Amino acid sequence: MNAIIDYFKELFKGIKTLLTGMKVTGYYFVHPKSIITQQYPENRKTLKMFDRFKGEVTMPHDENNQHKCTACSICEINCPNGSIEVISKQVEKADGKMKKELDVYIYKLSMCTFCGLCVKVCPQDAIIFSQGFEHAVFNKEKLIKTLNKPGSSLKEKVKVVEVS
Amino acid sequence: MEDLILDNNTIQEEEYIINMGPQHPSTHGVLRFKVSLQGETVLNVQPHCGYIHRGIEKMCEKLTYQQIIHLTDRMDYLSAHINNEAVCLLVENALQIEVPERVKYIRTILSELTRLASHQLWWCAFGMDLGALTTYFYGLRDREPILDIFEETTGARLLQSFNTPGGLMNDIHPNFIKRVKDYIVYFRKKLPEYDELLTGNVILQERTNDVGFLTLEDAISYGVTGPSGRASGFACDIRKHHPYSAYDKVDFKEILYTKGDTFHRYKARVEEMWESLKIIEQLIDNIPDGDYTAKMKPIIKLPEGEYYQRVEAARGEFGVYILSKGEKYPYRAKFRSPNFSNLSAINKMAAGYKIADLVAISGSLDLVIPDIDR
Amino acid sequence: MKFNIYDLTSFNQWIDKLLYDNLPAFWAMIIEMTLIGVAFLLFYAVIGLFLVYAERKVCAFIQNRVGPNRVGPYGIFQTIADFIKLLMKELIPINKADKFLFNLAPFIVIIASFMAIAAIPFGLGLHAIDFNIGVFYVMAVSSLGVIGILLAGWSSNNKYSLIGAMRSGAQIVSYELSVGMSLVTIVILAGSMQLSTIVEAQRNGWFIFTGHVPAFIAFLVFIIAGTAETNRGPFDLAEAESELTAGFHTEYSGIKFAFFFLAEYMNMFIVASIAATIFWGGWMPFHLGPIFGEWTLGFNNVMDYIPPFFWYIGKTMVVIFIMMWFKWTFPRLRIDQLLKLEWKYLLPINLFNIILMALIVLMGWHF
Repeated sequence: MNAIIDYFKELFKGIKTLLTGMKVTGYYFVHPKSIITQQYPENRKTLKMFDRFKGEVTMPHDENNQHKCTACSICEINCPNGSIEVISKQVEKADGKMKKELDVYIYKLSMCTFCGLCVKVCPQDAIIFSQGFEHAVFNKEKLIKTLNKPGSSLKEKVKVVEVS
Repeated sequence: MEDLILDNNTIQEEEYIINMGPQHPSTHGVLRFKVSLQGETVLNVQPHCGYIHRGIEKMCEKLTYQQIIHLTDRMDYLSAHINNEAVCLLVENALQIEVPERVKYIRTILSELTRLASHQLWWCAFGMDLGALTTYFYGLRDREPILDIFEETTGARLLQSFNTPGGLMNDIHPNFIKRVKDYIVYFRKKLPEYDELLTGNVILQERTNDVGFLTLEDAISYGVTGPSGRASGFACDIRKHHPYSAYDKVDFKEILYTKGDTFHRYKARVEEMWESLKIIEQLIDNIPDGDYTAKMKPIIKLPEGEYYQRVEAARGEFGVYILSKGEKYPYRAKFRSPNFSNLSAINKMAAGYKIADLVAISGSLDLVIPDIDR
Repeated sequence: MKFNIYDLTSFNQWIDKLLYDNLPAFWAMIIEMTLIGVAFLLFYAVIGLFLVYAERKVCAFIQNRVGPNRVGPYGIFQTIADFIKLLMKELIPINKADKFLFNLAPFIVIIASFMAIAAIPFGLGLHAIDFNIGVFYVMAVSSLGVIGILLAGWSSNNKYSLIGAMRSGAQIVSYELSVGMSLVTIVILAGSMQLSTIVEAQRNGWFIFTGHVPAFIAFLVFIIAGTAETNRGPFDLAEAESELTAGFHTEYSGIKFAFFFLAEYMNMFIVASIAATIFWGGWMPFHLGPIFGEWTLGFNNVMDYIPPFFWYIGKTMVVIFIMMWFKWTFPRLRIDQLLKLEWKYLLPINLFNIILMALIVLMGWHF
């Protein structure tokens, strides 16, 4: 007799748990407003990434086409896998001295692991992370980027002079 | 069951070998199981790993200590922050640097958020392995706010590299505290739904109760740590027994069960999600003010000797061993990965049960394959 | 032209008369059969396309996401795009497979479900084959599908397919019993196996209400066993994606895979329409019996405004929704648990139910 009672108790307990599960999924079926999917290509105009999002390394240029990179190569030394190559050239300055200046700043987007060490150690804050994330290209050559724009020059640091 | 387990070289009559190959919808990554079956019963399971070996330990021999951090992300990528913390703690303890309190609190909060996100992903994949295809989407939906929190503060959703020896790369974003508090309220309402949908379900209980036993002696001798080991009674929670960062300041339970079957491994992880919420709640209002990093030299050189640091990753004990000869690169870096030890016990657990049980057992072990192969 | 949407028998007789008056008897018969065959093929195809789209949308809403919404407004042309893609796929020939059986298997599955659809009453006057053993015929013909599955598993020359096909064979053969016996319960109540008689007998209330307790139990058992018959829902271990890649149709690609896929949805439709016909009254609108008083006549007249065909489609869609709800909520059962469910739970309950129903009919304790 006990076995029969146990049989039915188990049966009804099992059915009750199944119905509880169905209640949860049924709730979501009748509440389509709780869908959080973003319709990506249509919402590109209003899409705003977070400020600190690590999208791509860029070198900001101001309105005079000037950047702050002095070609010290500290970022190239710190990069773990060689995604940065800093090519510098010797330029003769007005007072006759030879100074090292940035020629080409090569950044290989295909190798970058977005660890952030280059941005952190730069003494002049010359490179920052931008928020662009649409990096897909058909030609692999396009992933090797030159960060300094053609015709740009170094923005000299203004020396503060005491006026006595 | 003992007489059904064979060694690898003899083939019985009516036995055939099936390959749950590296490309398979349910082995969570590239892992190959060579399963020998008799009818529907599993006689022997042989895992073959190494399909995603990238030579991380060898690469570490040419990198400085700040550069090793970004590689540890990519091993067990679901507990990325906790892996980073291990290397940073090793360097800080070796050089005997005192990090500010603020750093300890923030590291602990981010670790617990990582653990929560990792357990959510495990839960959704476990449901999907067993056939309840909706759980996948509920788990991922609840994980999105955590990834938003990470993205706002650290800049990346999954592979953060936010830790650095001496502290953090950046201070937390001003919105961090509010977002975390909102999330705790939101998730406390959603977690009972997980119980209603899957834990209490009679079909799940039938499939996971009394399946895949792992006794306490076996857990200790195979080195199965984490929630899988704690479900067998192995009290191995490093947060309790060797506390680091801010874990000695919070009050939480260590989840221990003694039965050691698949259902209790499942339950241990769900209970751990509740405990993680409790820990975050206790810490989030009390973050002390201070600096976000200690002063460190730009080139870090560890004194000569061997160092080992262990942390509690979401899957078990993650250990970093570094042998240094006094230079700025380590001479040898070895990572003790929790998934490798967990996987080694699978033959013991699965032999004698059916194929469907093999899927349930390997799902309850919560394997992440890149951690096995490094 | 007498096109009365409430009773299409006069329309059918008009077409019949037209053909037999103008053509020799042999050709008239051929053309009539062709017309009916083409109508069924179109119905089959349209319902198949619609069901695939409905499943994807229902599944998406349950999983808290949007579902197809790009191809056409709200994604209604998605299935057509899928079938065009499947038509263009390469049919990979297997090296050591039994070629004849390999190619024959999908057709057997389709033919079995097609034969079963022909016997279902869609509405007044829309009943193609009206046997006096209608229920028996539908049961017998729908169980031919298992031959197709076993052939597919065997001839693929693949271990995964074989395991899947064997599991499926055991499952379908076991659950045939439960399906048959729950139908027998209602045959006892209705007194006949002819489907049109069963529908007519529900004029004063559907069987699920008039044959209260045993009819309700029989309905539950039928839904569970019917879902298991079609390899769907929590009983889909024959094609368990996360265990065996794709079970018995792993090696099929292109249009042959599309046949298996389509046949599965049509089987689901057949099970749902049998449930709707036998338990919920088929095309009979929702009537209340005279036992409740005089006002029921007016109520029944209001209910009769909706044409019978739409009642039938509505009921079938509700049952299909319940079956989809099962699939997307529950985990899968293991093969031994599935067989345990059938032989230890469903079968004894069914036998007890038959005795209970016989007692109730004898004593006249039903409405």
